[in-house]
Amino acid sequence: MLALDISLPRDRFSVKVRHRFSAGGVTALFGPSGCGKSSLLRVIAGHEPGAGGSVSCDGDVWQGAGFVPAHRRQIGYVFQEARLFPHLDVAGNLGFAEKRAKRDNGITRDAVVGALGLSGLMHRAVQDLSGGERQRVSIARSLLSQPRLMLMDEPLAALDHRAKAGILPLIADLPKRFGVPVIYVTHALDEVAQVADHVVTMKEGRLIGVGPVAEMLEQPEMQGLAGRFEAGTILEGRVASHDRAMLLTCVDVGGVPFEMPFMDVPVGFSVRLRVRARDVTLAVKRPEGISTRNIHEGRVIKLMPEEGTAFAEVLIDLGPAHVQARITRAAVAQLGLAEGGLVFALIKSVSFDRRALPGVKNVAAV
Amino acid sequence: MTIDLAPLWLSLRLAFVTTLVLLLLGTPLAWWLAMTRRRLKPVVEAITALPLVLPPTVLGFYLLILFSPSGGFGGFFLKLTGTSLTFSFTGLVVASVLYSLPFMVQPLQSSFEALGRGPLEAAASLGAAPLDRFFTVVTPLALRGYITGLVLSFAHTLGEFGVVLMVGGNIPGQTRVISIAIYEHVETLDYAQAHWLSAVLLGFSFAVLLLVFTVNRRFPVKVI
Repeated sequence: MLALDISLPRDRFSVKVRHRFSAGGVTALFGPSGCGKSSLLRVIAGHEPGAGGSVSCDGDVWQGAGFVPAHRRQIGYVFQEARLFPHLDVAGNLGFAEKRAKRDNGITRDAVVGALGLSGLMHRAVQDLSGGERQRVSIARSLLSQPRLMLMDEPLAALDHRAKAGILPLIADLPKRFGVPVIYVTHALDEVAQVADHVVTMKEGRLIGVGPVAEMLEQPEMQGLAGRFEAGTILEGRVASHDRAMLLTCVDVGGVPFEMPFMDVPVGFSVRLRVRARDVTLAVKRPEGISTRNIHEGRVIKLMPEEGTAFAEVLIDLGPAHVQARITRAAVAQLGLAEGGLVFALIKSVSFDRRALPGVKNVAAV
Repeated sequence: MTIDLAPLWLSLRLAFVTTLVLLLLGTPLAWWLAMTRRRLKPVVEAITALPLVLPPTVLGFYLLILFSPSGGFGGFFLKLTGTSLTFSFTGLVVASVLYSLPFMVQPLQSSFEALGRGPLEAAASLGAAPLDRFFTVVTPLALRGYITGLVLSFAHTLGEFGVVLMVGGNIPGQTRVISIAIYEHVETLDYAQAHWLSAVLLGFSFAVLLLVFTVNRRFPVKVI
């Protein structure tokens, strides 16, 4: 779909990327701040005429032999600061995009306004919108330009937790709902876990890893980029049942049940859970008389002591899924943990909180 | 006593034409200055700002030499249009455009700079071509800069004296603008006429400025 082979000099390093982005879904472009993610997006969008190399999309050459300027690339771009036009109201901003759309993807104003919950905002001045509202308008405006691809440059970085939680599922849903693939730049691992189908990791201007999200999140390199504190794994499952009295939801991950605080997702729908390594406790015997609700037996498949720190990362195979535990090296020694050994992984229900979301596919159970 | 208002009308006409020309010339120049990353920029900025510091007589002196029909530029213009640039209304317009250039360019340049590339890039990604972006995004957002630039240019041209005296002289209906007329009335001790014209100019200038500041307060165009 989108093929890149570019180089762009920056202050400290140059961004050199050669990659072919797969069609469809949300691709997270992940890496630490200042690693060249935004520069890469700007090249794709056509805001960096000075970049060397080539960019092409579906057979159209955008850069290399000549330069196709941004306004003829039909790429939606959602910036961190929304960049709404302050002289127009919300409807005016949407109209600006509609008037200039060069093709028809079948994306209608009604569908967009409905999906992003903008119906009450149409005649508001953009100065009076909250940060979350601004970004929703900005996403809607981009969609209405009927783009062939949407680029999002840390669109939620300036928002508070609540606003973020409201918008992330909408972004994860865009490819399916409107048929537009998304490249999403972020340096926050929880955002990657919630929106991405694929992950591309970047460091100091180079791509260092590409793969499906669940696989990528287990890789130590990726966790290194995010900081150990954020390390963890992804579990994909379906909502099995709700306990309305206790306000609990049970999610079935390939036959292994996980219990967590109530999630407003219908039974049968798929969800994605993220378990952070620091939230997982290990035991060699099944503990009893303990408040932890999720206790699952598994096998240690990887034991990674971190030299120079007190910690070790332990990857455990639960059968249908993996979880990762971050425990002390002293505990590894005392429990006699070794690769191939059996352990019990303990995950408090509360640690799933706010990391569950309707999965990207949202497929109902048969 | 009859007051000869012809110099006032001539001044207004000169200011109007000059401002219009400045709008057309100053916009691209200010845009270039705001957007360029070339090393030539400070040179162009300095040249544009020269009329602010140069005595009008110095500017007028050089223009007189430049406009002279025996000189290169003046001769070329005479051949091309059949009118001389010295001691003519056309010459006054050219001189006034140069003299008031910074008053148009600087407010425009700073509002373009305040705007930044952000809204432009957003508009481009929504499919707006360069001219489209300029008229539908830049112009409305730089409205304050335009109002300031237009008014300052107009007012500055209206109050012009030194340059006019040097290149235009004092030809009724052609180059005898209000400031020249007032000067002459004072020279000939006709204080009554001088009083009238001065008062008209004072009142007019104040009214225009008042209007501008009121409008500016009413419609504050916020840039982000």
